[in-house]
Amino acid sequence: MKTKLKPIARKISASHAVVRLRSASARQATVAAHAVVPLNDRRLTFGNRWDYAPAPEESKNYVIPPRHELFINGKFVKPHSGKHFDTINPATEDKLTEIALGDEVDVDTAVKAARRAYEKVWSKMPGRERGKYLYRIARIIQEKMRELAVLESMDGGKPIKETRDVDLPIVAAHFFYHAGWADKLQYAFPGRTPRPLGVAGQIIPWNFPLLMAAWKIAPAIACGNTVVIKPSKTTSLTLLRLAQIFQEAELPEGVVNVITGTGDTGTAIVKHPDVNKIAFTGSTEIGKQLAAMIVGSGKRITLELGGKAANIVFEDAPIDQAIEGIIVGIYFNMGHVCCAGSRLLVQEGIYPKVVRKLRDRIQTLRLGNPLDKNTDIGAINNKPQLEKIRELVQCGVAEGAELVQSSCTLPERGYWYPPTFLTGVTASHRVAQEEIFGPVLSVMTFRTPEEAFERANNTPYGLSAGVWTDKGSKIFKIVNKLRAGVVWANTYNKFDPTSPFGGYKESGFGREGGLQGLAAYCRLD
Amino acid sequence: MSTRLDVKKTYKLFIGGKFPRSESGRYLPAKSPAGQRLDNFAHASRKDFRDAVVAARAAVDGWSKATAYNRGQILYRAAEMLQNRAAELVNEIARSTGVSAAKAKREVTLAIDRLVHFAGWTDKYSQIFGSVNPVATSHFNFTTPEPTGVVVVLAPDDPSLLALVSLTAPVILSGNAAIVISSEKFPLPAATFAEILATSDLPGGVVNILTGKRGELVPHIAGHMDVNAIVDGTGVPDISVKLQAGTAINLKRYAKHSPAPADWFTAKVEDPYWILDTVEFKTAWHPIGV
Repeated sequence: MKTKLKPIARKISASHAVVRLRSASARQATVAAHAVVPLNDRRLTFGNRWDYAPAPEESKNYVIPPRHELFINGKFVKPHSGKHFDTINPATEDKLTEIALGDEVDVDTAVKAARRAYEKVWSKMPGRERGKYLYRIARIIQEKMRELAVLESMDGGKPIKETRDVDLPIVAAHFFYHAGWADKLQYAFPGRTPRPLGVAGQIIPWNFPLLMAAWKIAPAIACGNTVVIKPSKTTSLTLLRLAQIFQEAELPEGVVNVITGTGDTGTAIVKHPDVNKIAFTGSTEIGKQLAAMIVGSGKRITLELGGKAANIVFEDAPIDQAIEGIIVGIYFNMGHVCCAGSRLLVQEGIYPKVVRKLRDRIQTLRLGNPLDKNTDIGAINNKPQLEKIRELVQCGVAEGAELVQSSCTLPERGYWYPPTFLTGVTASHRVAQEEIFGPVLSVMTFRTPEEAFERANNTPYGLSAGVWTDKGSKIFKIVNKLRAGVVWANTYNKFDPTSPFGGYKESGFGREGGLQGLAAYCRLD
Repeated sequence: MSTRLDVKKTYKLFIGGKFPRSESGRYLPAKSPAGQRLDNFAHASRKDFRDAVVAARAAVDGWSKATAYNRGQILYRAAEMLQNRAAELVNEIARSTGVSAAKAKREVTLAIDRLVHFAGWTDKYSQIFGSVNPVATSHFNFTTPEPTGVVVVLAPDDPSLLALVSLTAPVILSGNAAIVISSEKFPLPAATFAEILATSDLPGGVVNILTGKRGELVPHIAGHMDVNAIVDGTGVPDISVKLQAGTAINLKRYAKHSPAPADWFTAKVEDPYWILDTVEFKTAWHPIGV
């Protein structure tokens, strides 16, 4: 007699959450009542027993003033334009505060302040004393970590779990690490005398507002440069809090200046004749425009741009670890990560298993209030980005990919996109070529290691990649073959101030962090 | 008129994060340059030294496994503690050595800055001194420094605090645990420094400080089988010879640093190569190929 198959688990015990197996007789009695579920589709169902009670982080203790000004020469000053723009919480679309709209006049004032601070104070100060300012800043950041994490979540839609446990600790660590370099630079460049470049103009994106600010400011000022920095229009709040921390640390006036505003404000910084160095993190498109603007000016530039990272999973990979790595790789920070593992390359033999596990796993990701400590997926940072994600996913489906999406409920207000992946993607699809910058994974397969790294390298980008296998020698082989600036093996999205980060090819040039990152802010005599 | 009587204390040893008296029951009087009796301090015995080695050995495991970032923050914390209690140390140095308060203050502030300086090396020295080696076969080959283990540091008399800090920081920053033999002539600043360290976040046993008669301890230091290295800052030839003799017993590493007293006040002694005195280099090979 043919054995009848049926779903393994239908119920769980209320008190123990254990799968209850029925007796043989009970099974036979109920067999007719259930449709046969194919083996591959069977899974444990827990109903709503895994729902979590709300656990929101307290935000009312942190007062956000109604208006924020520019930070120039150690003081908060009104913008020349007299204009301000609203910044909203993308999870609720509520207005948080108003931010000053800086223009080229403000940029000029800030550059002058930075130049003055550079000439008169900062470049002359012994490295040891500069370093002690950075240590102070690091300590104050550590003390205010929770407040900054909450504000970062409110302003950017990022889950508190990530701002609290990832962004902020790394922000503080960046100041700590670079504080120590300030009086040791001669050891970083054997045989040469490192000197600061002058005034650095820095433009940072909205995906990791404070973290990107730390990556830019800490090495710049540790090496003796002064800074004019512009945050993204949608995420100015925490950088302005950092400016208050600079005041509290008694950082000399003008060493760091913050000019908030739009893309035009950024252009004014890049074009200012008295800026010596440009550091930009953002899209490849804008990066190319900036590179064009500085041609012939003698300005130095480092660019940390887009990516379309391949996350390569071999058949001999530790599979559950790999699934978690894939999830972290693409859904961390809603996929608003330049190094996100947005192309999953799975070796054919394990493809069905990986897809099945992924489908189950995205269903367990909790989407919602970014301030809830259990939230995995927060809000999409801004509306244009949400539209871009929707457009690219629709395009993927139109080109023949199959859409798999979490069935989670999306809040009515705010900008949201559910965890998504697309299977049956081919190398020519737009979703395999273009950076989506959202919680969308494109899944493809490969057969041999050669095919894996050829496919992985088949993109104009080259920022990062992931490799999953239990075989160490294979890891190193693949790492050698990949044209990417960072390769994670059996892990993903790891960041550390001691570890250089940056891309090959059209993902930009220059490195941030580590020994190599110092070179971006030093002239070697 | 009633005069208030000062309360006098005996400065104790610092072993495993605790402050024991010498097991021998011995103590010595500290005197000012003018011969005035200041306070008593413990006179460490061979047994105290051996206890300190046990405490240091127990601390090495945890301390060396702490992340470089964590060790850096803890050393920086020690500097923060020192800053707040600088006046106490200034007083200790001035009354012990007879130097002016201004000179004593200079020594203390430099000791603070030196701790900050070396705190910054914890997560950098392996980037400078480690390497990835281009071997001619298909292997990934890299070399990293690791702490050697238990290190005995002998501090000179002048400057008693600054030299002690400058010699000890490069030893512990890599993850070693140290037994520091303080200046014999001016032990009180070292003993007070121990009290400050005890309230920083440094785990007990990472730094142990013994006061007493150096000459008495030297043969035991040289002969101890569980000491991995000696950093000799005394600049005394006789002591140097006796300590070096220990090298032949269990191949403990021996390094000598005896700059002129004035040089302790310069950046010359902020030397990352001193870190290498008490590290071992480990090279790992791993095949490359699918």
